[in-house]
Order: sequence, then C-alpha cells, then structure tokens
Amino acid sequence: MGFFEALLNDQFLHQLLVNGVIVGTLYGVVAMSFVLIYKASQVVNFAQGEFLLIGAWVCWWILTDLQVPFFFGFLITLVFMFILGVAIQVVVLRPLIGEPIISVIMVTIGLSIFFQALLNWMFGVFAQPFPTIFENPSVEVFGLHVQTVYVMSMIVSVAIMGAFAYFFKVSKMGLAMRATAFDQQAAQSLGISVRQVFATAWAISAMVSAVAGVVVGVVNGVSSALSFFGIKVFPAVILGGLDSIIGAVLGGLIIGLLENLAAYADVSLQWGNMQRIAPFYALIIILMIKPYGLFGTRDIERV
Amino acid sequence: MAGAMMRPCGDFRTSYRADTTIFADAFSRNSVIAGVGLLILSPWVLDAYWMNLFIQIGYLGIAALGLNILVGFTGQISIGHAVFFGFGAFASPFINEQTGIPVLLCIPLAGLMTAAVGLLFGVPAARIKGLYLAIATLAAQFILEDFFARASWFTGGVAGAMTNPISIAGYDLYEDWQFFYIVLGFVVIMYLAAANMMRTRDGRAFIAVRDHYLSAEIMGVNLTKYRVMSFGVSSFYAGVGGALYAHYLGFVSIEAFNILFSIQFLGMIIIGGLGSVMGSLMGTAFMVFLPEAMDALARMVEGGWLDRALNLQSSINNLREMAIGAAIILFLIFEPDGLAHRWRQIKAYWKLYPFSY
Repeated sequence: MGFFEALLNDQFLHQLLVNGVIVGTLYGVVAMSFVLIYKASQVVNFAQGEFLLIGAWVCWWILTDLQVPFFFGFLITLVFMFILGVAIQVVVLRPLIGEPIISVIMVTIGLSIFFQALLNWMFGVFAQPFPTIFENPSVEVFGLHVQTVYVMSMIVSVAIMGAFAYFFKVSKMGLAMRATAFDQQAAQSLGISVRQVFATAWAISAMVSAVAGVVVGVVNGVSSALSFFGIKVFPAVILGGLDSIIGAVLGGLIIGLLENLAAYADVSLQWGNMQRIAPFYALIIILMIKPYGLFGTRDIERV
Repeated sequence: MAGAMMRPCGDFRTSYRADTTIFADAFSRNSVIAGVGLLILSPWVLDAYWMNLFIQIGYLGIAALGLNILVGFTGQISIGHAVFFGFGAFASPFINEQTGIPVLLCIPLAGLMTAAVGLLFGVPAARIKGLYLAIATLAAQFILEDFFARASWFTGGVAGAMTNPISIAGYDLYEDWQFFYIVLGFVVIMYLAAANMMRTRDGRAFIAVRDHYLSAEIMGVNLTKYRVMSFGVSSFYAGVGGALYAHYLGFVSIEAFNILFSIQFLGMIIIGGLGSVMGSLMGTAFMVFLPEAMDALARMVEGGWLDRALNLQSSINNLREMAIGAAIILFLIFEPDGLAHRWRQIKAYWKLYPFSY
C-alpha cells in the first residue's frame, strides 16, 4: 500500500483533520475579535488570550459557585465582559492614544501578565471542569465520533461569524466602525463618536473572546493554558492579513489544520513537539514572503 | 549619558567635541565615578543577600542595555530577548566544556556566538518593521525555546547544563563578593562601550533609523545594515549577560527563558527609560528590588489580618507577577519616559533650588 493510500485510509488522520477544522474555527473567532480591535483602534492586543481566560473563569464561577443555569450564567458573563472591555479601553488604552506603537504593545502585554497572575491567584493553577451541559457526550458525524461540545462550538462560531457579517454590513454602529477604521478624521467630522467606536470595539471583542473561552472551557476544562489562544492568534492574523476579518477566519482555519497535521507528523514521524511550534515557523515564512498576508492592505508610504 | 535630549537652560555647547562627550556634564561623570567607587567598597559593608541582588542587577542590566539599544535607540521591538539571554547562558559552558578555554574568556565568546544567532533572527528586520517585526521576534522566542528543548548536545536537554565557576590563575571564585567584582567589571565596560557607541557614526545611525528612517536613508544611512546590526549588538549584550548568569548560578535549566522573562526585560527598559543608557540600569534595579520589597512587606504583615485575608504565603508569586504587570501599565500611563526622565527632573530641581520658578 502506497504512502498516500495509507494517508487516505487513516482514521487517526481524519480525526485530526476534523479537530483541525473545529479548533481552527475557534482560532478564527478569536482572530476575528483581535482584528476588530486592531482595525477600529490600531491597537495590537496581546491580552486577547486573557479575555478568553477571564470569560471562561467568570462563567465557570457563576455556574459552579452560584449554581445559575447555563443559559443565564452565560448571559451574565457576556454582560460582565462588555463592562470589562469598555473599562479597559477607557482606563488603560485611552490615555495612550497618540503614543508610539511600543507603548501600546507594552501596555497590552502588561495587562496580559497582570490578568493572568490575578486569575491564577483567584482560581488556582489547576484545570477545573465545567458542569455537564449536554446529555449525550458525543454524536456521530459522517461516521466519525465528534463530541457534542465540538458540534456546539462549530455552530456557535459560525453564528458569531454570521453576526459579525450582519453587524458590519447593516447596523449603524457597524458602519460607523468601518468608517472609523477607514479614516478616523473623516469619520469624526461626519459626527461619529470615535471614542464610542473604540469602546464598543473593545467590548464586542471581549464578549466574543469570552464566548470562545467558554466553549474551550467546556471542552477541555478551564485553566491558564487557555490564554495561549491569544498567542496562537498571531500566526492566524498574519496569515490572513492584520486588518481583514475574512482573512482572520481563513487564517484561523489554516493554522488549526496545520497544527493538527503537525500533530500527525509528531506521532507518525517522531518529530517531537511540532504541534506547538509549527504555527510559528509558518508565521516567520509568511512574514518573509508576504508580510501583509492573504487579504491585508499593503501599507503604502509616501514621503 | 549619551546624547542628552534635554538640557537645563544656560547649558550651552560651543563645539562638537563638547557636544559628544560620554557624560553630559562634569557632575554626572563624577557621580558615576563615585558610584562605582562606593560599589567597590560595598562588599565590606553589605552581606551576601545584597551582593546577590547587586549581581542580579549586573547581569540583567547588561542584557537590558542590549534590549534598550534595539528598542530604545533603533526603535525595533523585540519580544524574544530572554531566549538570546538563554542562548548566551548555554553557549558559555558549552564552549568551556568543548574547548577548555578559561571561563572568563568564554563569556565574551558566548556573546559573539549569541550575536551571530541574533543576526540570523534579525534578517527579517531587513524586510519588515514595527509591529510585524515584533510579531516575528515573538516567533523567535518560541522557535529558540523549542531548540533548547531539542538540542540536548548543546543545552543538556531536560537535565539542564552544569557550569564551571570563573577561575583566575587556578583559583576558583565561589564567593558572592568575588563574583560581584567580575560582574561590576563587565557592567562598567559594557555600559561605557554602549555610551561610547552612541556618539560614533553607528550609534547616531541607530538613532536616525529610529527617529525617521526615510530621512536617515536619504542621508546615506544603510537601513538594512543598521537594522540587522542592532539585532547583533543587542544579542551580544544579551549573550554576555546570560553567560554571567550561567556561571554565577552554576546550573542552567531550559525552562528559565520563557516569554514572561522576555516581558520582564521589556518592563525594565520601559520603567528605566527607552533610549537611555543609565536608565537601563535603573529599570533593572527597580525590577530586581520590586519583588524583594514585596517579600519584605509580606514578612512585615505576616500573621496579621491582611496576611489571612490574602493568604500571602501561597499567593506571593502571583502578587509579584501582578505587580510587574501593574508597574509596566502605570509607568506607561503616568511616566512614559521612565525613571531616567524623573532623575533628570530631580537634578534640574536641585540645580535651581531654592529659586525653582
């Protein structure tokens, strides 16, 4: 049997590919919320992973300690994340408008280690499982066993992407955001409150990340490992182009698949820890060949 | 030091020679000489605890200066400085084991080896800049960390690498105060070299690249060369700092050089002041003393209500990390030019005292 036939018949590989698509869509969702902040306010958010972490821990705490049913607990989490997103923008980021890029990057890095330590302190370093939400732990899709939560995560991710598309195409706030991203001064002169746009971008981004955080938390349990999503987002957004929402989704998918193919190489070719590191090799290669990604706008500099 | 951006009024320079001295004025030169003199005498007064802290400030300060040359002077952000520090920490014992060159010589050699690696990872800087470059260095952090775990011939793998102490004329230096003098020597040489470099053509080219790279290019500064070169210089400093760290501790673990460590280096230069040579040392001192001060505070309130409420014994590590994050955020918002700027203001205040209006 040839190598490629073996690949085609490999149950393990199929499983990994399905995982890749599912994890990839989640990366896509997080990348989308990262791009939202970058597009609206030109801030590179190194604390995106912590948004996932905060969302997941808060939801976990409401569900286990306060015994609130899942649906309401989830809603409360979203409201909390909305307030947190606005608060971070107003308190921390607003004073830094107009500062050089390093200050803005560093302040989000500072936020990231602050929140990570805070959450470790409040909830401990051990992974905590979510209370069970679904009756059937797994369902069969195209002959493969897929966990119900994964199916849910796919549905949630696609729903979020649809909502994003609707929001930016139709709603007034979405149009205001696109206008601000395109040209801040022109938007301001047309009566758009740029401050409000910035705050809304952070709020939405925090909420969407929290949704992703809760989904991952339900699947794997909540632990500080969640914040690594915030780092994995960089290969995805660079691949797709830093300011393209479609690019973020596609980039997330590709990175998710790449990661799981690397996991296959780890097991079958004994390459060691490639799953963790492959996205970063991809990142360097993309930056060298096509720094603005698949769909990003090229910076054209005029003197 | 080095190209003071702000000068008190009435301080005029009448020649280029006067404008490019290493020290801004006689006072700062004398205070640095006095400071080094005091440090030379300090082992007679201070105990091993303080020596340990000073040594930490020394080797971290050298690496932080390297990062400041890259970030503060050339304007290229690096989020992977700790792995270069780590590379130096593995390279020095590696050279020492393989060739038997004395440790004291291995330290600058390790710096050179790290500089070569830094140049390699600096190559993307020829093409990309700003934010994209920052993300590329983030990738460098993870790729080199992975390399440390794989290359057990170089790093000793999970077991880590054992290092020999520095020996001079067959006499091993085990005591903290002996090592302190070695570190002090390296700090003085490296800091003077950096301050001196900033007044040469290369140093001014770095600053020109940072301030306006297009104008710099028009003035005949080779952008690619200086962007990549600043990675090399920065890695050289990181490598020397790392090598000193390795020979001080006697043992290097592959897990020490994670991203949090890189962020701490960035924190040091932000707190000290971007683009300030002495600021790098001030920021490092702040970062070293901050956790110590928190420990001291925790010991002071031990057993009290605050201790019980916060459960300090188990949470002090998290509180330290929170303090680092908070310090970075607060400095960026309230004192973006860092401690070096505050220091200049204090000096200016006393210069005019008591007629400071």
